[in-house]
Amino acid sequence: MNNLIKLVDGEARIVLDDPWRLVRDAHAPRPDGPLILPLADWESRQPRAVLDGEAVSQHGVWLAPDDEPECLSPWLAILPLIALDFPDFRDGRAYSQAYLLRSRLGWTGELRALGDVLRDQLSHMRQCGFDAFAVREDKSVDDALKDLAGISVLYGRSVLEPRPLFRRRTG
Amino acid sequence: MYQYDEHDRALVNERVEQFRDQVRRRLNGELSEEEFLPLRLQNGLYLQKHAYMLRVAIPYGTLSSRQLRALAHIARHHDRGYGHFTTRQNIQFNWIELEQVPDILAHLATVEMHAIQTSGNCVRNITTEAFAGVADDEQLDPRPLAEILRQWSTINPEFLFLPRKFKIAISASEQDRAAIPVHDIGLYLYRDAQGEMCMRVLVGGGLGRTPIIGQVLRDGLPWHHLLSYVEAILRVYNRHGRRDNKYKARIKILIRALGIEAFAREVEEEWRFLQDGPATLTDAEYERVAAAFSPPAYAAAEDEELAFGTVLSRDPDFARWASRNLQGHKVPGYSAVVLSTKPGAAAPPGDVTAVQMETIAELAERHGFGEIRITHEQNVVLPDVRKSALHDLWLSLKEAGLATPNVGLLTDVIACPGGDYCALANAKSLPIARAIQQRFDDLDYLHDLGDISLNISGCMNACGHHHIGNIGILGVDKNGNEWYQLTIGGSQGKQSALGKVIGPAFSAEAVPDVIERLVATYVAHRHEGEPFHDAVQRLGTAPFKEGVYRREEMPA
Repeated sequence: MNNLIKLVDGEARIVLDDPWRLVRDAHAPRPDGPLILPLADWESRQPRAVLDGEAVSQHGVWLAPDDEPECLSPWLAILPLIALDFPDFRDGRAYSQAYLLRSRLGWTGELRALGDVLRDQLSHMRQCGFDAFAVREDKSVDDALKDLAGISVLYGRSVLEPRPLFRRRTG
Repeated sequence: MYQYDEHDRALVNERVEQFRDQVRRRLNGELSEEEFLPLRLQNGLYLQKHAYMLRVAIPYGTLSSRQLRALAHIARHHDRGYGHFTTRQNIQFNWIELEQVPDILAHLATVEMHAIQTSGNCVRNITTEAFAGVADDEQLDPRPLAEILRQWSTINPEFLFLPRKFKIAISASEQDRAAIPVHDIGLYLYRDAQGEMCMRVLVGGGLGRTPIIGQVLRDGLPWHHLLSYVEAILRVYNRHGRRDNKYKARIKILIRALGIEAFAREVEEEWRFLQDGPATLTDAEYERVAAAFSPPAYAAAEDEELAFGTVLSRDPDFARWASRNLQGHKVPGYSAVVLSTKPGAAAPPGDVTAVQMETIAELAERHGFGEIRITHEQNVVLPDVRKSALHDLWLSLKEAGLATPNVGLLTDVIACPGGDYCALANAKSLPIARAIQQRFDDLDYLHDLGDISLNISGCMNACGHHHIGNIGILGVDKNGNEWYQLTIGGSQGKQSALGKVIGPAFSAEAVPDVIERLVATYVAHRHEGEPFHDAVQRLGTAPFKEGVYRREEMPA
């Protein structure tokens, strides 16, 4: 994918050679290389050994906002990548999906934001545990990088900082 | 009052610069209006009919004199010399230039104020009652937990793009003066039998197109769990609330679809994962915040009552004002004073001029501890006035046009800005308020009528809370004309009730006559000392309907 920012060891980098191809439509012809597939499509195309958790999948999966992240629990060990879709940047469900994947289900692999991914929301996505951001293609990825850090103060808690400010405030 | 520390200051300052950059990108076309819209809303900026409107947060309705002077400065230099207090204890400026907003916000930041999350589909200003900390019927001070919630909900990254706006209010007194049951989350804070501070959590209240009184989600929740429990509610809502139709996106619709029991199960299931985790509040944090709200240095009450009583008996105008505009104080010798922003024809409900703001700031210092409150009825409160000083204060207020003796009376109208300003409105609100206030300008008659709340909304979004007014007026559009529908029997507080429509709508010209016939019906039927709302409860709508519509058909 183009226009991608990735956090590598906490450092943000613009990735120019990302091998992953996004498949939005299950019926469209498939490009070569590793794919990011819709959930139902991913599931239907995996060999038995992958679905049984015995072999690593070649393909990643993306969830729509109304997919339940809990349904990925059996496959967290064999998935190479999980992406969450923002069909519209005003749809905030993927923030909660990201929280659940990271904080409750223990996903430690790449968590990529897809879709209507815009500069002014990147810092919120980062706080919720995304570590890869496929910035919308008509937008400048260099500009987007400027707002990845966001505001330095977090009152509440997040995936990045599970302790609310009141537990960090003293000292 | 709560004072910012370096974290609070850094957050607000960085936010101002972030928005300054966003405004710059909007003006140079890098950001489309569609992309900019949620960003400006989350910084309090609406686009109305004629100009931008900036809504500044007044957390739980508390201001210092210094802050009020800063608001006066904004009114004078960036608006047309006035501001408008809202039913959620905020202030709105109606004539704002986009280019100036970053500087306005920077000015606000110097007095520890902001406009963050006063709009948008996120957690809004946390409200409580205007008499918090001083009310004589208060069990606990709700302000420390309100401030803790304010901080927790401010730029909380997971919950900035909820299905719809989200309003939280907290009250801790006998009488609910914060409209708790019409909030997305309404919290009643109290001490249980063991003396432990705990909460009754109401959820799913709200007005608008689908008015619903909130239901109890959980009772006896220990206060330490406030943040984790609210987090659980918000996560369930964020995941499952409807997003296909903005009129069905509030949490109340989700709860109505699931039923309160099923919704409660979802919340409890989510909360199991959070309970006793890092979001659990600590005694140390409570004490840190509560210290900011410790009582000021009250003077001993010496002859306060005697001085007050003497002047009451000597000055009937003052006595009339005192009978409506004072609120009992927990400290002997003190009173909380309500400054009515409803003078009648002179100004729309909730509007206060820059000069008045400066006068109020000055009076709060002279007759108090430099603190001011905003009520959800859009009035202003000086919370700590010695009773011996009330007469002096009243004289000053009279001079400033802030001593209208009508708090809780028919002319203490709650009204939204309506069609004069708001792009959503179907009809104007302010001229209706004015016409009613002009009709009922006889103070003897008004005081004889006693407690009657009258609420006006210019459309079904119900910003004027017409559903919970004893008399509610809703502006509706009929073939391009403005008409007004009347409800009676609404009430706010712990006995909240939604009013019932009494019949076909009226033209704007007819409204004052209609209200006159309505209250005449009450006067004809009331028992000795029976307030309007009680009479409506006892009699039902039938006699009022008859009183209003029968005469409507008679020739003039």
